[in-house]
Amino acid sequence: MGGLESLVQWFADPAQWTGSAGIPARLLQHALICLWAMAIALVVALPLGLWLGHRRRWGGLVTSIGNLGRAIPTFALLIILASWEPVGVSDLAAVIALAVFAIPPILSNAFVGVRDVDRGATEAATGMGMTGGQVLWRVELPLSVPVVAAGIRTSTVQVVATATLAALVGGGGLGRFVVDGFGLQDPTLMFAGVVLVALACVGVELLGSMAQRALTPKALRGGSVLGTF
Amino acid sequence: MNLPAALASAAAPNPWFSWAYLQANADDLLAAGREHVLITLAAVVLATAVAVPLALLVRRFPRLQVPVLAFSGLLYTIPSLALIAGLWPWLGLSPWTVITALALYALLVILRNMIVGLDAVPSEIVDAARGVGHTRTQLLWRVQVPLAMPTIMAGIRIATVSTIGLVTVGALVGHGGFGSIILGGFVNNFYHAQIMAGTIAVVVLALALEGGLVLLERVLTPWARGVRG
Repeated sequence: MGGLESLVQWFADPAQWTGSAGIPARLLQHALICLWAMAIALVVALPLGLWLGHRRRWGGLVTSIGNLGRAIPTFALLIILASWEPVGVSDLAAVIALAVFAIPPILSNAFVGVRDVDRGATEAATGMGMTGGQVLWRVELPLSVPVVAAGIRTSTVQVVATATLAALVGGGGLGRFVVDGFGLQDPTLMFAGVVLVALACVGVELLGSMAQRALTPKALRGGSVLGTF
Repeated sequence: MNLPAALASAAAPNPWFSWAYLQANADDLLAAGREHVLITLAAVVLATAVAVPLALLVRRFPRLQVPVLAFSGLLYTIPSLALIAGLWPWLGLSPWTVITALALYALLVILRNMIVGLDAVPSEIVDAARGVGHTRTQLLWRVQVPLAMPTIMAGIRIATVSTIGLVTVGALVGHGGFGSIILGGFVNNFYHAQIMAGTIAVVVLALALEGGLVLLERVLTPWARGVRG
């Protein structure tokens, strides 16, 4: 078949590296979709999760939001948004759908992380005269960083992977190569897309695990593979 | 003369909910539902069938645990769209393309829960079982597997629910169950009633299977009642 050879040739072709449909442009589109989605999700989920965790209340609400988020397929939400006139066929549909799916892991980890901070530490802080906000900001937040960061990392990796679907509703990003390759029955183009998407996802996964490690206080670092998902 | 026609179609009602659609397309919806359930079950059964020997292998050779979990974790980060598209040249436009891709995802969740569940069996119980003369095989099947069953079943349940959502992406190769209905509505001039019917059907299916598996879990593990988190 010479599939690998044509794949290498495709990547070696300078035409793939320039212009609005080139690899750098698609990568940038992909990154922008993900950044917007993550920004929206963080603004919504992080303060809410931290605050609810601080109050140690509404755990059921957090769980239900998580379950609902898992039950609705991204694919379905993406198509509903794209076929709804105010949004339409665009990157916007992808940004909204991805933000919706990024919220549950951030929310539940922020909630659980802060809620499960040792009561002794928060009571000592209150006893020293800290206000509720100070306890949250200076005690609970630093102690819950590993759990909160794990939620953000999970969301980011999911968003980068799922942003591939944007191409199905006419959006940009790396998924374009896969969908166009499939549509044109061009296996080389499609495989190039699969390789690019896989590299992007694995790269973000590795970056995320490094960032999470760097953010975690030294005393809390452990080496379990099982604990990283 | 095209203009009035375009205006007429733009002004035509396109409701999100329509009984008329459901009545006229009941056969198609049932066929899609059948495909959706069959693909989900095939993927989960296949993943479980692969996970059991892998879990036993990892128990026998603990050094394999990190590479096996890292590899399945890597597969997990590759987006479903890319994996389905990547398998298409080999498996064609058949349901097996979707089943294989989704089984690879379900594998990580099921395998991880099997390993975690078996590891979590208290060592006193293992020692006691050895003390009363259990062989290695008896120990595994009569003591460790039953005690790990809640965790193993939770893995299968989570894998099933997320597989139901992912089946929709199989619409790319024409085998997405309700996903094909959703994509069909999108392609057919944003036919809202069809898109919404497919989406609601997926959510209902996911919730129903989740409920069914929770019941099955209770039947299989009568001793674990009350300790479930």
